[in-house]
Amino acid sequence: MTIKLSFKEYDAALRENRLMGLKCGRCQETLCPPRGACAHCGSTDLEPVELSGRGKIASFTTLFVAAEGRDQELPYALALVALEEGPHLIGRIDTACPDKLDMSVIGKNVTTAHAVFGGDKYSAGDAAYPLFKLAD
Amino acid sequence: MRKVAVIGAGQTKFSGAQSLSLTELFAEAASEAMADAHIEARDVKALFIGNALGDFAEGQGMAPAFIADYIGTMNVPANRYDGACASASMAIRDAFLLVANGVYDIVIAGGVERAASLGTPLATRTFAMFSDSRYEFPAGMTFPGVFALLAHRYAARYGLPIEKLKEQMAQVSVQSYQRGLHNPKAHLRKSVTTADVLKSFTVASPIQLHDCCPFSDGAAALVIAAEDKAQVLSSKPVYFAGVGQASSGPLASQGGYLPRLKARELSAKQAYDMAGLTPADIDVCELHDCFSIASIIAAEGLGFFDPGTAGEAWLRGEADIGGKVAINPSGGLKSKGHPIGATGAAQVYEIVRQLRGEVEAERQVPDAAIGMTDTLGGDGGTMVSLILKRGW
Repeated sequence: MTIKLSFKEYDAALRENRLMGLKCGRCQETLCPPRGACAHCGSTDLEPVELSGRGKIASFTTLFVAAEGRDQELPYALALVALEEGPHLIGRIDTACPDKLDMSVIGKNVTTAHAVFGGDKYSAGDAAYPLFKLAD
Repeated sequence: MRKVAVIGAGQTKFSGAQSLSLTELFAEAASEAMADAHIEARDVKALFIGNALGDFAEGQGMAPAFIADYIGTMNVPANRYDGACASASMAIRDAFLLVANGVYDIVIAGGVERAASLGTPLATRTFAMFSDSRYEFPAGMTFPGVFALLAHRYAARYGLPIEKLKEQMAQVSVQSYQRGLHNPKAHLRKSVTTADVLKSFTVASPIQLHDCCPFSDGAAALVIAAEDKAQVLSSKPVYFAGVGQASSGPLASQGGYLPRLKARELSAKQAYDMAGLTPADIDVCELHDCFSIASIIAAEGLGFFDPGTAGEAWLRGEADIGGKVAINPSGGLKSKGHPIGATGAAQVYEIVRQLRGEVEAERQVPDAAIGMTDTLGGDGGTMVSLILKRGW
């Protein structure tokens, strides 16, 4: 299997606020984050594409307990975002008041920027993650 | 395929951090199971053991090899299974398949974990390893975070006010605590009210402390045997009727289907089809209630209630003993505890004892003949369904 869009390439693009995905040559579905085969039809005929980064919040949560080493980031809000091109993506909501979010945030439009997790002793180094900015 | 039965079941008390090693904990459960089955260690031809975090809990990888030696099943194949919280159920399913196909006559399958011994910060970190390490953990995903996203998604998808869903979730926890109160092997044995749940601190909105199961230490083991052995050794063999297993990718890749978990629905269908049964045939079910919302989603995914309606079913008592299906009479993960590598085996332990009519009167499901287990690994990445029935 040829890796068409590696984690490293996806990560490098995200650090420039460019969200990369893959387009399936067989069923035309768009995939993000990267993978080796289409989640819809199993084809490996995939080509990298740049996505708009626009989407809607499908769900959210505000965390008050974190994994070891990440307490200083609390509280923070995560979102499951339905991207304009179809796939879903998990990232953090860019807000100064994560503890004030309520159900009304679901359905809100977002654009995708990024932040970077510095990694810990169990991680394979640092990694960018999606930071969703509320568009309205 | 040969018919296959569980002829012995053992479980340690589930607890907070304690001093026994992984090997010692599993030995305790396996001894109880072997005594129950009237066999000795030399009768066992293979060991299949769920254990997800032995490396982190006590620096022990490859635990089954050392366990096999320690308990006297010398030099037999000893396999470790890691499907996060579904590890032991994977081990049991593979044990069933290998006995059914004539490879072994008698095996021990089970699981062991020292999850409480990790302490909450490290346990939270290691449980987060069951999310996608490159594309989801960097944003700060945790295990409660996964189910919190599912809870809000559930409320949005079914048009349920979040306050209403939280009340339903609280009832799930209250029922589990009520049943676990009568389970001497349960980790948390106390009475909890809806008000207690709703005033506990928020872990990941809308999930509060009493919506969450504890991290636990413990082990559970089953003796699994071919029918000809079972008929000789047991007066109450509990037969496998159907099994299923399926997997999924990261949570986000399941996005369009959420809050339903497709892998569970596929796994359950395999088990129902093999057994020739439907959800209406199940008398008692031990399902994966790592969080109260997880119970609601599981009960719907297994076909007991329509999507969006399970919370109301709990409020009406339909998910309790005497209702449509008795769910988690053991107290579930919520009260009984969640030593993740052992959890699936503890679910089977409970079903076996329920079908035999051996549990405490306060939580015995009357005339239970068919039972089911549902075990979820991580964010739905691994799902295992087992259906068991009385063999006498």
